[in-house]
Amino acid sequence: MTTPASPAQVNSIGLTKTDYRGLPSTLCPGCGHNSIANQIIAACYEMGLLPEKVVKFSGIGCSSKSPAYFLNRSFGFNGVHGRMPSLATGARFADTSLEFIGVSGDGDTASIGMGQFKHVVRRNAAMLYIVENNGVYGLTKGQFSATAEVGLALKHQGTNPYMPVDICMEALVSNATFVARSFAGDSKQVRELIKAGVAHNGIAVLDIISPCVTFNNEENSFHSYTWSKDHTEPLHEIAFVPKLKEIEFDDPFEEGEVREVTMHDGSVVILKKLEKDYDPTDRWQALRVMEEAQRKNWLITGLIYYEQGRPSLTDLYNLPEKPLNRFTEAELRPAPETLDSLNALFT
Amino acid sequence: MSTQKIVNDFAISIATVNGSGSQTANSTLLRAFFKMGIPASGKNLFPSNIQGLPTWYLIRVSKDGFTARKDVSEIGVAINPATFMQDLQAVPPGGAFFYADDIRLPIGRSDISLYPMPVKAISREADIPANLKEYVANMVYVGVLAHMLGIPESVIHESVSYQFKGKEKATEVNMIVVRAAMQWAAENLTKTDPFAVEPMDKTKGLLMTDGNTAAALGAIYGGLQFAAWYPITPSSSLAETLNQYLPKLRKTADGKNTYAVLQAEDELAAIGMAIGAGWAGLRSMTATAGPGLSLMTEYAGLAYFAEVPVVVWDIQRSGPSTGLPTRTAQGDLTMVNFLSHGDTQHVILLPGDPKECFEFGWQAFDLAERLQAPIFVLSDLDLGMNQWMSKPFEYPNRPMDRGKVLWEEDLEKLNGIWARYKDVDGDGIPYRTVPGNLHPAAAWFARGAGHDETSRYSEDPQVWESNLLRIKKKYETAKQYLPAPVIDESGQEIGLIAYGSVTPAVEEARVLLASQSGVRTDFLRLRALPCTQEVHDFVQRHQRLYFVEANRDGQLRQLASIAMPGEAHKFRSACHTDGLPLTARWVANTILAQEEK
Ligand SMILES: Cc1ncc(C[n+]2csc(CCOP(=O)(O)OP(=O)(O)O)c2C)c(N)n1
Ligand code: SF4
Ligand SMILES: [Mg+2]
Repeated sequence: MTTPASPAQVNSIGLTKTDYRGLPSTLCPGCGHNSIANQIIAACYEMGLLPEKVVKFSGIGCSSKSPAYFLNRSFGFNGVHGRMPSLATGARFADTSLEFIGVSGDGDTASIGMGQFKHVVRRNAAMLYIVENNGVYGLTKGQFSATAEVGLALKHQGTNPYMPVDICMEALVSNATFVARSFAGDSKQVRELIKAGVAHNGIAVLDIISPCVTFNNEENSFHSYTWSKDHTEPLHEIAFVPKLKEIEFDDPFEEGEVREVTMHDGSVVILKKLEKDYDPTDRWQALRVMEEAQRKNWLITGLIYYEQGRPSLTDLYNLPEKPLNRFTEAELRPAPETLDSLNALFT
Repeated sequence: MSTQKIVNDFAISIATVNGSGSQTANSTLLRAFFKMGIPASGKNLFPSNIQGLPTWYLIRVSKDGFTARKDVSEIGVAINPATFMQDLQAVPPGGAFFYADDIRLPIGRSDISLYPMPVKAISREADIPANLKEYVANMVYVGVLAHMLGIPESVIHESVSYQFKGKEKATEVNMIVVRAAMQWAAENLTKTDPFAVEPMDKTKGLLMTDGNTAAALGAIYGGLQFAAWYPITPSSSLAETLNQYLPKLRKTADGKNTYAVLQAEDELAAIGMAIGAGWAGLRSMTATAGPGLSLMTEYAGLAYFAEVPVVVWDIQRSGPSTGLPTRTAQGDLTMVNFLSHGDTQHVILLPGDPKECFEFGWQAFDLAERLQAPIFVLSDLDLGMNQWMSKPFEYPNRPMDRGKVLWEEDLEKLNGIWARYKDVDGDGIPYRTVPGNLHPAAAWFARGAGHDETSRYSEDPQVWESNLLRIKKKYETAKQYLPAPVIDESGQEIGLIAYGSVTPAVEEARVLLASQSGVRTDFLRLRALPCTQEVHDFVQRHQRLYFVEANRDGQLRQLASIAMPGEAHKFRSACHTDGLPLTARWVANTILAQEEK
């Protein structure tokens, strides 16, 4: 199911992969953000999502530019620095049947946007929230971001004296219902986690280590390709199965090593456990493995935490089935008589 | 002491302690006058504090219908020992002073009528549950004043019942104290002051309410679908009123909500959410005050430049910075006019009373969607939170204007050929689609960065400039949709220009100027910016124009000078800001002083 589509190939809704493409990228060749954009295209194609049913959001940064480079047939809003979550939160109420994909950077999310990030997480707005995490401010030319590790030395920046922010940890302690991490170079895992995140009815935080080839590709930085390749510790192998499709495996999973996680729309993520007793629905475990990984200088990748059944933001508002943005005057303006009784209240 | 009775023409200043429950007592008195048919207004001068600091409530009754704050209150009511001496000194000679008799401070005035009131004793002895006595003690001065001024007990009863929304038990507990106080006053006080009320018929058909309530209701009748807000005085009650009335007025037949209101984490988020919702096709708004508006600045620029409809209510308070959070001012006008970096000019609505707050509440959405722009509505603490008489709210007199939105069937007709930022109609306003539109050509990419007609990223110098110029054209186009100024003119040399809450002071000042100094004036009440041709014409017709405003720098005059540079030499300022609503006397004196120069 992961073989690239030839022009003749179509997905379950009859679209070709081209229908999911965006404009040509203007990011640096080799930038991790480009790989992620490609995986978003692949994931949406494979899931058979109607592009018109997807809405893209971003803040400001190299990473935040990338929504222009995928899903041309989807609406998108490139907002202000660090405040994509509020835009998406407001738009969520217009049509709850749409899928939201947000792309942010580590500066956008963990510095200027930390407040909005934590609050969109806590409100559980239904959206896949991708952080393309490179440890630097790419667009402003290489300053340290809040996720840069302490002691990291960069040519023009000196040495970073502060402790880093761990985006997955922040998400988890803010009661995120889906927390995952991956590495831009691991295209299969990135793609499967994107699918699972889109299918999730709630906030799905996906922190993807995405090396900046121009400003932060020092061998000693965990946001670099070399370091990441050598230090990633997958929790499990992941396969995502859209609800419309028969389950097909590239290679069979062993009994007893498999855990299926059902998403709100009935689709299933299948985790192949590496760590015997890892249970992604156990918050305590999730905190433990992240803490442990920090100490051991690992990068934990995979679906770290998943909570089922918590209502998403708009589920709490008793909204009608019909999208709110299709309501007409007759449905929105109270009848004239009602105003007479209101006026009487103030006499 | 006095000779001539003074009927339906005086002001009362009631000094209490914040958080002591005096609000019910004060509102009862105010509404009693209103229910007697006497024009009245009430202004709460409260501290930025929950409990313990001094607070004053000013009630003015005026047979002539003047509702501005008065410089002096002929009647003082002193319940707060902390401000007792100050309150005593504030009573003018010939005035009356009612005070709690447990405050034992030297009085030393024989030029006023003095009425000690056994506030504690009356509430202590009243036949009501012990735990309620503290809360209803303030009803003692209601009863005493009712007797001394001549408010019938039945009117007070009606008015108390109004405060408690008809709940009989609560009404009765309060009335027990009122009756006891009335009886005590009848048996123990001899009236020596001239002030009295008599029924009139001047409030028939009018409402008494506040601008924030009116604004919220107007928004609901405007089809508000989404509001995000962050608490801040004096705007919070606007959002809270939305929460109060939306569930009653805006459900589908099967009980679903056609709206959502969200309390955001701050104003950065509140405006972001409102813009997200507006972009996605919802009638969307936020309400805030100066400090919140400062935080909203960057997003306001995005809405302006990406052309997103959204409504922002600014209930102004004294600034800069935290300023006086519970005091009024008109100090945000210049800031709002240009809110954002870069070349930006916003459309602003300026309601002058609760009825207009209602009207602009719904009209703002029409304007926002028509112009695809943020619309700012400037009210202030005085208009937003104080009690104003107002004509009843009028049902919207025209259908909703949803602006230039293309849905699937529209795009079908256009064979999918359209461009988001193309000026098809020559009015600067392009067409838009909103998420959820499933036509394959519907989608576009909104951004705050430079973009061409098809909404693609562009740094092309010509594209940039022509886009900015097109957006400026919308500002011109806006003029035909804006509420016209209200003009009262009889060919005088002097023209006054003002907006919003200072209007009652200006109207009364005009009467004072004419009757006491023979200075006649014309008056233009501005209801929106940008200035339309009518404003230019009014300015042209006058020799001298006074801009009356509650701020330090004469902001409206500044903006008018930019809009009409050739006329600016005729402009003068009557501006003043101390946190209190302007008085007619101050306005008249300020104008007179400049006329005499
Ligand atoms: C309010 C504001 N402050 C500063 C900037 C400048 N700025 C643009 S992008 C950026 C950092 C982006 O870093 P990140 O989110 O990590 O994205 P990357 O470019 O690394 O993908 C900054 C500081 C801005 N656009 N807006
Ligand atoms: S500067 Fe870095 S983050 Fe930005 S596009 Fe280039 S490689 Fe990517
Ligand atoms: Mg970055």
